[in-house]
Amino acid sequence: MTKQIQQRSNLLLGTLDMLILRTLLYGPAHGHHIGKHIQRTTNDFLQMQHGSLYPALHRLERKGWIASKWETAPDRNREFKYYRLTEKGRKQLVAEESQWKRMTEAVARVMWPAAEES
Amino acid sequence: MRWWQIRNRDADLERELRSDLELEEEEQRERGVSPEDARYASLRAFGNPTLVRERTRAVWSWDRVENLFRDLRISIRTLFRSPGFSLVAVLVMTLCIGATTCLFTVVRSVLLRPLPFRDPGQLVMVYEHFRAPSMNTEGFNYNLVAPADYYDWRAQTHGFEDLAALRWWQFSLTGEHGELPEIVQARGGTWNLFPLLGVEAAIGRTFTESEDRSDGYVAMLAWDLFERRFGGDPSIVGRQIHLDGQSYTVVGVLPKSFTWPDAKVQIWVPYKAALPPGLLSHHDFHFTNVVARLKPDVSLASAMSQIAAIQYRLHQNLNGMVAEDVASRTLTDDLAHRVEKPLIILLCAAACMLLIGCLNVANLIVARSAARQREIAVRSALGARRGTLIRAQLMESLLVSLTGGAAGVLLSLAVTKWLANNWKDLPTAQSIHADGVVLAVACGLVVVAALLAGLVPAILSTGKRATAALHASPRGTVGGLSRTALRKTLLVVEIGTTVVLLIAAGLLLKSFWRLITTNLGCTTDHVLTLSYSLPGRQYDTTAKVNAFNEALLEQVDALPGVRSAGIGSMVPGAGAGEDDAFSIAGHPATTPGAPEHDALFRTASPEYFKTLQIPLLSGRFFTGEDRVGHPNTCIISQQLAQQYFQGENPLGKHLLVPSFRTDCEIVGVVADTLYQVGKPSQATMYFPVLSGTSGQGLTLAVRTVSDPLLLSLPIQKEIAKLDPQLPVWDVYTMQQIVERSLGSATLSASLVLAFALLSLILASVGLYGILSYMTTQRTGEIGVRLALGAQRESIVRLMLSDGLRPAIYGLVLGLAASVGAVRLIQSMLYETRPLDLAVFGGVVATLLIVASLACLLPAWRASRIDPMQALRTE
Repeated sequence: MTKQIQQRSNLLLGTLDMLILRTLLYGPAHGHHIGKHIQRTTNDFLQMQHGSLYPALHRLERKGWIASKWETAPDRNREFKYYRLTEKGRKQLVAEESQWKRMTEAVARVMWPAAEES
Repeated sequence: MRWWQIRNRDADLERELRSDLELEEEEQRERGVSPEDARYASLRAFGNPTLVRERTRAVWSWDRVENLFRDLRISIRTLFRSPGFSLVAVLVMTLCIGATTCLFTVVRSVLLRPLPFRDPGQLVMVYEHFRAPSMNTEGFNYNLVAPADYYDWRAQTHGFEDLAALRWWQFSLTGEHGELPEIVQARGGTWNLFPLLGVEAAIGRTFTESEDRSDGYVAMLAWDLFERRFGGDPSIVGRQIHLDGQSYTVVGVLPKSFTWPDAKVQIWVPYKAALPPGLLSHHDFHFTNVVARLKPDVSLASAMSQIAAIQYRLHQNLNGMVAEDVASRTLTDDLAHRVEKPLIILLCAAACMLLIGCLNVANLIVARSAARQREIAVRSALGARRGTLIRAQLMESLLVSLTGGAAGVLLSLAVTKWLANNWKDLPTAQSIHADGVVLAVACGLVVVAALLAGLVPAILSTGKRATAALHASPRGTVGGLSRTALRKTLLVVEIGTTVVLLIAAGLLLKSFWRLITTNLGCTTDHVLTLSYSLPGRQYDTTAKVNAFNEALLEQVDALPGVRSAGIGSMVPGAGAGEDDAFSIAGHPATTPGAPEHDALFRTASPEYFKTLQIPLLSGRFFTGEDRVGHPNTCIISQQLAQQYFQGENPLGKHLLVPSFRTDCEIVGVVADTLYQVGKPSQATMYFPVLSGTSGQGLTLAVRTVSDPLLLSLPIQKEIAKLDPQLPVWDVYTMQQIVERSLGSATLSASLVLAFALLSLILASVGLYGILSYMTTQRTGEIGVRLALGAQRESIVRLMLSDGLRPAIYGLVLGLAASVGAVRLIQSMLYETRPLDLAVFGGVVATLLIVASLACLLPAWRASRIDPMQALRTE
């Protein structure tokens, strides 16, 4: 069990940034929202751990790929810290996405050569 | 980012996390979970908020710097809390780093930094070289070159780009307007010397080829003389100065950086200037240094082999008048060969002391970390990473080393200055000063010292067993035992290194003692000597020279307090001076190829031997009759008699000295004297000073009733009465001459001794420290022992044996290492065997005594423990 989690989070480690950026493509969201979204979309396969989510958000913000602002949520009467994608982040997302694509294709070609041929 | 921004960010993060956590909680509640459960569920989903906060904060990367500052703050506070420890540790580091840096500065300046010439790697000095090993002990393996040899080499070889020559000279510089006369060291250099070195005149120009002739009366000034005597006035170029009564035209001033081969050289003249032209075609006057620049594409070996071939031909053609081979050495080597070995030994000694100092500080830190064992255990139990703990401890030793290093570099600056002024053998061609490399090395030393002193204790005190301290009962010594073992190992290394230093110091001291008590073969008590030189232009006849010398002797003899006075070319102990070839009338000529007869050449007045109390073995001393116009006579030393007159009575035989006088009758044999302390005596021949020898390079020796230095002024006044323009120099007592000829032996022996004593103190402090610590730690145990009826004597014995064991191990280790280390200093020893039993025995005894004393106090204290008190204080 422990091992499985570890494997998952390791997978997540390199791609978390990309997932966050992709999630923000839909529009501004706060930390909790982003985590929930990723978790729901992957059918709970990727358990969002807040221990890595918040450092990742702050890291991205520091790099200038996302920006943050305190805003009142539409459905709740409270302020949340909303993150939104910057122009720089948008470019980064495109770059990371194409790299990811190339990588998965390369991995797939090694892993399932027959499938490729057929 | 500023601190308020950091604070803002903290608050922001706090708020963000709280709002998201609340949202999670709300969502749980909306799903119908009870408020209480919702809170726990949200916390579970969220994870440890503190950890999240910490990790997020780390993104802003200030965390590392903050930690560093925290460690620094804590370290400074801890160091200030125990000022005794800090002071000792810093002091030890200051001394050790200071000494090492200082010696490295000297080594770098003297041995490592290239000379300020064009492409100095291509330059070599070339010497004549005698192959016979017996000659090599006397320094003839690098023999000065005869001018004719040099001109042959230069004309007939093409392995070198060029060869230049320089010769030693000394001038009496007199002023035009009655300024004080002064003796200045000078060199004669061939016209191509400065272009070959790549040195250009700072003002004016260097010599031209046409000026390099025997009446080429031109001169260049060294920067020092230019500033000192001529006030730095550039108009001196083109004007005249008076050297030995001859006027020379100043053509240039050398740059300030040019102090080669010696900073004392004040004046340069052309090589051939003021030399009799005939001398230049001689192969048996060896007075020239040759410097050569290699062609870029020719190897040193092949260039030298060309010269060697010529030299061998000369050697055969001239019937052994010149050496059969040549040798080269680099310019740096050439200047520093006399100090290289002592320097390296001193540097090694300083490095040993640095090692001991680091080990000692490490020992102190281990003792303190033992006291902080619990703190470390708690911290690591609470999840502090090992690296964090090591870093925290390392910070302390780094602080100590940094402070000590900074102070040490300052110290080294001062000591280097002192050393450069007081170590006479140090070449002065390079100014000795710290540069960037020295500073970099000093920084390196600080880091190494910090790691050495801090890392070992830190790693050992933070291992897996660090938390064991928490389990152990207060009486337990779980961590303590391993820590004591570590301290003992450090101590063994420390004591071993000390033993090596002590033995080296002991050997050097013994050798120094041997040197200083050497019998020169003459008296050294109450004798004053001073040197003067009668300029050849003014004293151009033998009659004038003799008149001056006789008048001087008469006047000095008449001074109150003077027992006797004599004049000679040199006094014993003042150096090898001149030597000359000779043959013996009636003896077969030497076979071609064999080295010809050679002996030191001295002149002496009738009273010379009596004044210096050189005993007469047979025959007679010179008298007033042994002078020009009378039959030529000479006196030989015992060694010459034994070497060349085996089984014969030398008295009445005749020496043939081609360069001086054809035929001299031997009238006396005197005992041997040493030309230099530490060198074997050599065959010597003496000729009467009144028999028409030159008036240049004479020494007046005066034996006095009381302190000889009191007479130095009256005697100089007498000389001034005879000739106010005549400068004197080298006013020394015989004692001082002996001390001077000891050269660096005094310095290196005393420095190594200082290092060794310091190391001994450090090691004994270490020994004392560890035993005191062990006593404190074992108070409970000793209390139990005493309570159960152990005798107090047996407690003392127990503690003593515990403390002395590392001392004994260290001693054995050190002795073993010394057997190897003494090989390094073997060649510096004079009449002392490297494995000298007295020295080794003395060191063993000293170490054992000091170690016992260091152990005795804690052991005694242990035996005084009150069992009740000890058991209660737990």
